[in-house]
Amino acid sequence: MGRRKAPEVNAGSMADIAFLLLIFFLVTTTIETDSGINRKLPPMDDEKVEPPKIKERNIFQVLVRDDGEILVNEEQMDIADLREAAKKFLDNGGGKGSLACEYCQGPRDPKSSDNPKKAVISLQNNRKTKYKSYITVQNELVAAYNELRNREAKRLFGREYTQMVKDFDNPDYPGNIDKLEEEIKLIKKLFPQKLSEAEPK
Amino acid sequence: MSKFKKKGDGDLPAISTASLPDIVFMLLFFFMVVTVMRDNSLKIANELPFADQVEKLDKKELVMYVYAGKPSERYQKQYGTEARIQLNDKFASVNDIRKFVLEERRSRREELQNKLITALKVDKETNMGLVSDIKQELRKIDALKVNYTARDGEVKMNQ
Repeated sequence: MGRRKAPEVNAGSMADIAFLLLIFFLVTTTIETDSGINRKLPPMDDEKVEPPKIKERNIFQVLVRDDGEILVNEEQMDIADLREAAKKFLDNGGGKGSLACEYCQGPRDPKSSDNPKKAVISLQNNRKTKYKSYITVQNELVAAYNELRNREAKRLFGREYTQMVKDFDNPDYPGNIDKLEEEIKLIKKLFPQKLSEAEPK
Repeated sequence: MSKFKKKGDGDLPAISTASLPDIVFMLLFFFMVVTVMRDNSLKIANELPFADQVEKLDKKELVMYVYAGKPSERYQKQYGTEARIQLNDKFASVNDIRKFVLEERRSRREELQNKLITALKVDKETNMGLVSDIKQELRKIDALKVNYTARDGEVKMNQ
């Protein structure tokens, strides 16, 4: 009697099994990166420290009411106009002497902000304001800052500020990263983001 | 030397598919490694608002998530319809945030502990009262970097 070979296991269905698993993982995979509006909260204030006095003309007060209506300096405003109004306020440059702002292109209204470095946007909301209205307003105000920063970055460095920030986060950025950081800092200094989030009333 | 003579059948040999499982397995392992299973199953409605000034949040090791929104239907009997906070897998109250942040900090590498970002994943219908409470709590514990997580899109779609 000749020795019989052990019968070979048929591996033909292996591919099917692997495919099945593959498809399962393909479907469940979500290669998602979250995105959102980055903000920094103010540190908890010390009770003893007096809040610095800010002139009224340097404050751009935005109140988001329960129903999503927006009051800017106590006057009603449409959300569509908010971005332009915020830009006009920040870019006003009504200051004189040491407060003068050479790069501002605003109307230089003495009743509005002196200098972007002095201008503060105060964002307030009620407890019953919907989160989506709040984010909408937050977005418009951040957009106002970004657009002004873009303008200055284009004037000084020939490209957009938002692109510069993106490049800075890109680990494969081919250019000089230290120089880029300096440039970003400079733009941030021209239009510092002074967006205060007051506690709700 | 007829031993080495080829048998003269003119058929093309069938293409071997023996390496197919290997290829598929390779793909399979790739996806298994890349897949991040959702570590938090959401117990709340979580429809994020839209915004177009968003920045990417891609340093995963720096992010901790705080969810808030109305409990989903299946939990409404137990927890009501008022918006609530969810931390990890559980419903939480505002007071739990402190503990949560401390725990998250402890679980990260030391050099990253001060750079943590709190991603606020809040449902768009939530009242700001709750969000403000969360923010207040984060300020108390000095977790000042926040990210209002939003979907990329026109803000008009929020209405």
